[in-house]
Amino acid sequence: MKNKFIVSVSPHLHKDESIGKIMWMVVISLIPAGLAGVFIFGLKAFWVIILGVISALVTEAILQKLTKKKVTIWDGSAVLTGLLLAYNLPPQVPFWLPIIGSVFAIAIGKQVFGGLGQNIFNPALVGRVFLMASWPKYMTTFLKPFDAITSATPLALLKEGKLIEHISYLDLFLGKRGGCIGEVCILALLLGALFLFIRGYLSWHIPITYIFSVGLFTYIFGPRGLFTGDWLFHILSGGLILGAFFMATDYVTSPLTRKGQIVFGIGCGLITAVIRLWGGYPEGVSYAILMMNAATPIIDRYTKNKIYGTK
Amino acid sequence: MKKFFSEFLRGIIKENPTFVLVLGLCPTLAVSVSVINGIGMGIAATFVLLGSNIIIAMLKNIIPDRVRIPCYIVVIATFVTINEMVMKAYSPALNRALGIYVPLIVVNCIVLGRAEAYASKNSVVNSLFDGLGMGVGFTLALILISAIREFLGAGKLLGHTVIKGFQPAFVLGMPSGALLVIGLLLGFFNVLKSKKE
Repeated sequence: MKNKFIVSVSPHLHKDESIGKIMWMVVISLIPAGLAGVFIFGLKAFWVIILGVISALVTEAILQKLTKKKVTIWDGSAVLTGLLLAYNLPPQVPFWLPIIGSVFAIAIGKQVFGGLGQNIFNPALVGRVFLMASWPKYMTTFLKPFDAITSATPLALLKEGKLIEHISYLDLFLGKRGGCIGEVCILALLLGALFLFIRGYLSWHIPITYIFSVGLFTYIFGPRGLFTGDWLFHILSGGLILGAFFMATDYVTSPLTRKGQIVFGIGCGLITAVIRLWGGYPEGVSYAILMMNAATPIIDRYTKNKIYGTK
Repeated sequence: MKKFFSEFLRGIIKENPTFVLVLGLCPTLAVSVSVINGIGMGIAATFVLLGSNIIIAMLKNIIPDRVRIPCYIVVIATFVTINEMVMKAYSPALNRALGIYVPLIVVNCIVLGRAEAYASKNSVVNSLFDGLGMGVGFTLALILISAIREFLGAGKLLGHTVIKGFQPAFVLGMPSGALLVIGLLLGFFNVLKSKKE
């Protein structure tokens, strides 16, 4: 009886949510995309995912032991980082690549800043960008779906001006194209995102503004003059859907207020479109999200909600 | 003699210019791509430090206080010029590799910092040992950073391939890799220091 009258500081209304629960829900929502990736690219993709997840868990445990912190590997955040990193890798990478990526993502991307909630950049993307800058050869060779032949991604073909035969939107939507493990099957990603929407773990602000602004900018600055761009192609190819729903929306590294999230989404979209249309890389989702991660504190400062009653 | 030795050692460990004073990071970041560049830069900086420390310690009573920085710069620039000419004559390859960072030793914070903080207040012999210690400390720090970067970033040490089949991480050869290595080493040394205290 005594325990029911705890007087504490606000909030007094508690929700049955925890970091662990939310993280595991996101992990569950990502499973269909992983299954699709394994189905499309074969068992190699499965091993990449497993290696990424296990090495992320081991790194987190070792570092928390070393720094004498509580070992929190079962809160799902390390699993999520490893999973997202693996989803961002091509399927036929050598076995050590996901391991190094996960170690780097957890150690440099997260624990160096003080662990979950302290990191300024999305750890999985930090790992991916490190791998991209270190071993570009492995990170830009992709596999043809249902085949062991290497092929470029649609966006890379577009950049080189070699996109002669048109890839149908349906193929792009279902994932019949070269690409990273988790990004190819838009249908599976959307299913996962829908699940998170219904459960209320995801708000529409970042993903919708992100995707919409990429579509808008690529439509305006098309290859044959203004307003001729193939916006649907740009939305369905690359890692845009994966990035917009699962990585840009990371609670830690995105703005807190709704207004800020809209600014964040538009910024991501603008940078992604600029990199894709005029940049050196064919794909810019990871760089766009990391750049906007860096801008998050300043967005938060200028989009603070007005306290009721103040000027 | 023991006193001079401790003066010398201080620059290497307790007040290491790179890892404790965190001075002269610009050449450290730019030059530490390979060990040979690191050694070359370290020796060049040590020579300038030694010369400028001795001369400034000698002139400390003559230099007017108000114009001391320009005076220091003139002394330092003299040694840098000598240094550059010698380097151009005897090892043009190294001079090419270090490029603009050789003349930029003039504005290296370590050199000016030691002139301002030490040589202008201490005796000539003490300043000599201080300059030597700081120079060696800087060189050792450069060798450590560049060894890590050359090994992991290019798979080589002093230009020789060490392990066959090793896949170097290109990023460590880039400026971002230098920042990463220096940051991690700084953190590592800070942990060691806090453990000791």
